[in-house]
Amino acid sequence: MDIIVCVKRVPDTAELEVEIDRSGTGIEERDLAYGINEWDNFAIEAALALKEEHGGKVTAVTIGGEDDEEVLRRALAMGADEALHLMDSAFDGSDAQGIATILHKAISARPFDLVLTGAVSSDRSSGQVGGMLAAMLGIPQVVLATDLKIENGKAVVAHEVEGGLERVVELDLPAMVSVQTGLNEPRYVSIRGIRKVSSMEIPVQGAGDLGLDAVAVGEAGAMVTVEELFLPPKGEGAEMLEGDDEEMVEQLVAKLREQGGL
Amino acid sequence: MANHMVIVELAGGEIDDSAFELAQAARAAGGDSVAAVVLGKDVAGHAEALADTFDAVHVFDDAQLEVFDGEVAAALLVPFIERTAPALVLLPHTNNGMDLAPALAVKLGRSLLTDLIAIESAENEITAVRTMYGGKAHARVKAKPNDKGHVLTLRPGSFTAAESPGAGGSVQAEVVPAGLGAGRRYVESVTPDAGDVDITQAEILVAVGRGIEEKENLEIIDSLAEVLGATVACSRPVVDKNWLPKSRQIGTSGLSVKPKIYIAVGISGSFQHMGGVKGGAYIIAINKDPAAPIFGVADVGIVGDLFDIVPILEEKIDEAKG
Repeated sequence: MDIIVCVKRVPDTAELEVEIDRSGTGIEERDLAYGINEWDNFAIEAALALKEEHGGKVTAVTIGGEDDEEVLRRALAMGADEALHLMDSAFDGSDAQGIATILHKAISARPFDLVLTGAVSSDRSSGQVGGMLAAMLGIPQVVLATDLKIENGKAVVAHEVEGGLERVVELDLPAMVSVQTGLNEPRYVSIRGIRKVSSMEIPVQGAGDLGLDAVAVGEAGAMVTVEELFLPPKGEGAEMLEGDDEEMVEQLVAKLREQGGL
Repeated sequence: MANHMVIVELAGGEIDDSAFELAQAARAAGGDSVAAVVLGKDVAGHAEALADTFDAVHVFDDAQLEVFDGEVAAALLVPFIERTAPALVLLPHTNNGMDLAPALAVKLGRSLLTDLIAIESAENEITAVRTMYGGKAHARVKAKPNDKGHVLTLRPGSFTAAESPGAGGSVQAEVVPAGLGAGRRYVESVTPDAGDVDITQAEILVAVGRGIEEKENLEIIDSLAEVLGATVACSRPVVDKNWLPKSRQIGTSGLSVKPKIYIAVGISGSFQHMGGVKGGAYIIAINKDPAAPIFGVADVGIVGDLFDIVPILEEKIDEAKG
């Protein structure tokens, strides 16, 4: 079973304040730690688990610059067999359709039974790429998978629907599955593990290698652009308590009493 | 004259409120004529309610549509949209909406904007607002002019719902061809285990998020909840790590709760999480990030390290209760 996993390197902003950069269309990247998109990490684990059960090969793919190679090395350290780095300045400024177009070209040139990716990325969060890629590849797909098995040559996938419910569907292969966080426990990657794969060669392909018209992707091909990033309007917001920890907590206890919480 | 189309979401067999939000947004976006499309089995009964708000209601009623399937819906709607050529196709930004919208955009050659919280202008190009970085930044995004039109998904609850204006729309039963959506088949629906505690009935909830860092640290939350007589709930990352069961998860992919007092500890407050907090709860937020979106919706907030604040809070509550 050949499984391709599409991954992305993102800044970790979960516990941090975000600042808009001088271009006005991005965030200030200094001091940010980068890593694999959380959803994609679950996708890699899902691919490796399937390979261990059914045999085959896992290939991790990313689109990006030199720095983005680290997420491929990480995937290799986790146990992926191969990696593919799609890198070309012509890819800069791609919208989700552009990203899906690049992935489509790269993936359709090789054998595959299953394509996995995270349902969304934590940075731009459009949630579009998996569904678009499936439509371009002409294969069935499902989003927000919470469980994934291969049975009798089909993918059996549980996926989230609104209200805490799940639906199970069966997909003919090849298929595309966009995964939700929490569907497995991604294995730990040690520094030693990364070091072991540091000499593995990772092929790099650009627009020309993929037979892609450079104006079909990147900024030139983008149907959707980000004009401006700004901090959310504060609105009314919370009454922010002030003072040292003890003082703030005392005020909070008074609020709790007013609200009938004590 | 612009014609727009709204794909109606059904929730538990009923028309979801999002349909009326999309109707209003479509009118505000220059829709002189706004059509509703409803897909399902035995859904013709919804047509009347929709015709009060929409200018036209297209009903696709067929056994193949009993359970929503994005592949089936795309196979059905791509030719229909090509034929009726609405300028905008609007869907709710729900799991079903996102099961369908990307395929529609690709197969129709339309641009796609997702998870919009505002539409600023919609002439030939669309300017709209969406959130990024977990709600910590807003982005003004633009879809370039496109002869084929655009597909938009709108975040539920972000747009005002249309009052039924007595539109007196026409109702059209549409033909559903056989053999739609090969390649994906429905197997079953699963309701997660109810769990040991029912968070939906709790009056006071102490909810914990990613900020708790380690499973062992949940002890301080349990301890705070105990002194308050509260129930412990959580946001998605805590369930993803198996630190608490799914039955404790609040949010659009978890449970909806309606406590009197809701204490969010180390929770950033994404819309997916806050979408599950209903009924005008008094919201208290404790978070180390002063820019966390939770402070935008909370009633009262403390910026601080939860590992410092929570034990003091427990102690002071204990004292106050005597």
